[in-house]
Amino acid sequence: MRSRHPVAWILLLLGGLTMVMPFVFMLATSLKDNSEIYDLALLPKSPTLDNYIAILSTSRFPRWFAVSAIVATATTVSVLFFDSLVGYTLAKFRFRGRGLVFVLILSTLMIPTEMLVIPWYVMAKSMGWLDTVWGIMFPGMVTGFGVFLMRQFFTGVPDELIDAARVDGLNEFGIFWRVALPLVTPALSALAIFTFLGNWTAFLWPLIVTTSPNLYTVPVGLASLSGEFQTDWEMIMTGASIAVLPTLVVFMVLQRNIITGIMMTGLKG
Amino acid sequence: MAARLTLAQKQSVWAWGFLAVPLGYFALVRFWPAVDGFFLSLTRWNLVGPRVFVGIENYRRLVGDPVFWQVLGNTFWYLLLGLPISLGLAFVIAYHLDRVRYGQGLIRALYFVPHLTTATAMAWVWRWFYQPPPVGVFNGWLVWLGFSAQPFLRSTSQALPAVLAPAIWAALGFQVVIFLAGIRAIPRSYYEAAEIDGAGSWQILRAITLPLLRPTFVFLFITTSIGFLRIFDYVYNMTPGGEGGPLNATRPLVLNIYQTAFARMDMGYASAQTVVLFAILLILSLLQLRLLGERK
Amino acid sequence: MLGRRNLLGVAVGTAAGTILATAPARAQPVEIEYWQYTFKERVEAMDELIKRFQAANPDITVRHVTVPYDNYRTRIAAAVPAGEGPDVVQLYYGWLDAFMQAKLLQPLPKTVFDPATIDREFFPIVGNMKIDGAYYALPTAVRALALFWNKKLFKEAGLDPQKPPATLEELITVAKATTKRDGSGNMVSEGIALDVAGQDLHWIREGLIRQFGGAPFSPDGRKVTYTTPEAVAGVTWYTNLVTQEKVSEMGFMTDQVTAFKAGRAALTVDGSFRLGAFDTQRGLDYAVTELPAYNGKRSNFASYWVNGITSKAKGPKFDAAVKFLQFVTTEEAMKLWMEKVGELPARVALAHTDAVKNHPKYGPFVRGLDYAVATDFVDESAQRKIMMDMVDRVVIQKMPVAQSLAIAATEEQKILDTRK
Repeated sequence: MRSRHPVAWILLLLGGLTMVMPFVFMLATSLKDNSEIYDLALLPKSPTLDNYIAILSTSRFPRWFAVSAIVATATTVSVLFFDSLVGYTLAKFRFRGRGLVFVLILSTLMIPTEMLVIPWYVMAKSMGWLDTVWGIMFPGMVTGFGVFLMRQFFTGVPDELIDAARVDGLNEFGIFWRVALPLVTPALSALAIFTFLGNWTAFLWPLIVTTSPNLYTVPVGLASLSGEFQTDWEMIMTGASIAVLPTLVVFMVLQRNIITGIMMTGLKG
Repeated sequence: MAARLTLAQKQSVWAWGFLAVPLGYFALVRFWPAVDGFFLSLTRWNLVGPRVFVGIENYRRLVGDPVFWQVLGNTFWYLLLGLPISLGLAFVIAYHLDRVRYGQGLIRALYFVPHLTTATAMAWVWRWFYQPPPVGVFNGWLVWLGFSAQPFLRSTSQALPAVLAPAIWAALGFQVVIFLAGIRAIPRSYYEAAEIDGAGSWQILRAITLPLLRPTFVFLFITTSIGFLRIFDYVYNMTPGGEGGPLNATRPLVLNIYQTAFARMDMGYASAQTVVLFAILLILSLLQLRLLGERK
Repeated sequence: MLGRRNLLGVAVGTAAGTILATAPARAQPVEIEYWQYTFKERVEAMDELIKRFQAANPDITVRHVTVPYDNYRTRIAAAVPAGEGPDVVQLYYGWLDAFMQAKLLQPLPKTVFDPATIDREFFPIVGNMKIDGAYYALPTAVRALALFWNKKLFKEAGLDPQKPPATLEELITVAKATTKRDGSGNMVSEGIALDVAGQDLHWIREGLIRQFGGAPFSPDGRKVTYTTPEAVAGVTWYTNLVTQEKVSEMGFMTDQVTAFKAGRAALTVDGSFRLGAFDTQRGLDYAVTELPAYNGKRSNFASYWVNGITSKAKGPKFDAAVKFLQFVTTEEAMKLWMEKVGELPARVALAHTDAVKNHPKYGPFVRGLDYAVATDFVDESAQRKIMMDMVDRVVIQKMPVAQSLAIAATEEQKILDTRK
């Protein structure tokens, strides 16, 4: 739809291929036998799927996968709803205390997770959430990051549209749900990708809150396969390669929306 | 009764109604631990037993701790180098990606893939890239181009940028996607109008794209700053023993907090450092909101 | 005396049986929680021990929880303030001081764990776990250091693959002969793989410094004493491997273990726990020998993971925890642990049997235990970092060894001074 720049295209492609090199190196290592991984040749001499078989046949792997999928999906749904609702409120409503609420929510991004695990653990214990799926996901059900992102995107939605809807007799939730939300599909898709990814790769908290191997998430399960003095890098590379798959699928499916979610605002703006 | 409320009052009621559940949640999961952490910073506590109130003792300790100052300095270096490089790169890539017609999905995926992969695995790969010749790729290129080999991770001056590079690399996909979403959120009609007026692409960029991207820029400036000031994973995974060496050259504040809390079990002192980090981040974010002309 | 009997043959079942016989009948079943870090062999061995223990004590259930190593301490730290976590916990011995100061552990009852008997039957290094006359924790197994050598690289360098260096002088000769560089002078294969963050800091502190006639700490463990000329000479010998002899590069192949696994290092100093990792590396033909002597003097470093009873265990749980701890420190448990995990038994009598002493792989480690010292850590991770920084100052910043050691001594003394 816009101008064609063959030079830019080639540079972008080359840049992209460079970006992906470490990832390719990881995939290549995962296909190597352990006597070969230190050759550092990019291509395995005799590619093998043994590492994959070894990990996938770990009895609990399907369970870890299921736990991760449930946690990542549930938190993503919750985050999409609440974060866009709060982001919309902060962007489009005028009320006293709005600035303060925004800064307070923004400030939640500023405390390292490492320092939150102890209070979370105490809370989970008193509520009886230790070693449960809910226990894994409860700290991530609403995120300051998503509220901030959605607020920024809702500010770009023209007020006239909202006023028009009000005149049409929609209530405030209806305006948010039927008018404003569809206009920010690109941001919603981006938020869905990042939330899913963030929960899929989350490590520290899921590790702290679970004790049963049946409730491990994929990253925790993979970490439990290596120990104090084990550095089986071919296994770590294989685990990382397997773990990347679901997030890659989510990205490929949702990224279209970032592009094709062309704004209706264009019609009226 | 509802009929007697003014529009502003109605808005207010709706707003707080929408905010009630999420704010209650934040209060429980985020605000309370933060307030607790602040009080913890005024105590001496080793996880078990009572917290002993010590006033500002922990903060006094911070002032006299040379490692803390070094670590704070490192943290700012990560920000000062990381923020302009990563956002500059991400914008240029996103701007051009947006205009690409063939294979856009594929190229986008190439840029995003690093962001999907766990830092543990990627840190290992980068460590290999930084190896001395003939093993390391980077040194291989340097030597091939006629430069001398560099120690990278084994140097007190080069290690910090060397650890920062993969962190920038991994975050790039995130920033590109946000920029792309921001660019795509700009109504097409603006561009069409500009094209009818005969504006060139440079003019369009300056007059339409950049101003309308302001909310996106604000978002990325703040989240990226927070990201670099909280850098942890790559440093932890790329330095021996996860200690941020050599000689603390790469050690960031969060790593220092983590080690203080869980290796030394000195929770009060770790909390004091967290409070300092929090204060820095908050001031910086408010400053950015103000400077980037966030309007009400 | 229990330790004098040769229990190897008859131990199975009897130890557990004794405990059952002395246990009063209990109406209430009790469950205790046991924590260790995740490591396949250790987990399997403990599962087996728990099975035997429960068979002998039907009223006690042991819940076995494992945590990935990197986050083990973080996990404990999060659980403890909430009153959760283990009743019996496995800890690195060097963390004991920190956990003691946090009042995480209870002293073992002297009636069951008589200090005098333990002093007599366990390796003396275990004495570090005795505070004010009472033991706070006991190991099932102990580990020591040894020199690993790559037979294939020896052959390629024209050396006898059956003859490892026996002295520090020979080590340098061998390392020089096996160091390989390409045409541009770049290291292709190391004479010896070094890594202070690995086990080298222990080799320096308890091995080399002592062999050169120095001592790292005063006998009571309260004063740093490694600024003497002898200690400086020991550390200089080590750093010279990199700076003068150029038979090693810090960080070559990312770390020591990787370099040796990859067959790109002829020698390396490491612990008995590494046998497993090297054994599964296909194409690696290696063997183990005792740490090289200097002027006829040998010294080694021993370490261990201990099992202790946490402050959480009270009443019936405490009694059950005591029984369980008693069981995992029997010869039966140690024998099983050695066979499954490859760590050496903590009881002298069991370690000193011919089968163990002459074992091609365990042998050098067990012989090393006889002259080994376990550093009395106050803060293991902080003290480890001080040694890493000390070597970095010499190797990267070219600081004289004596000066770098003096800085390290000041820092480490501060840590020792925090001991109550």
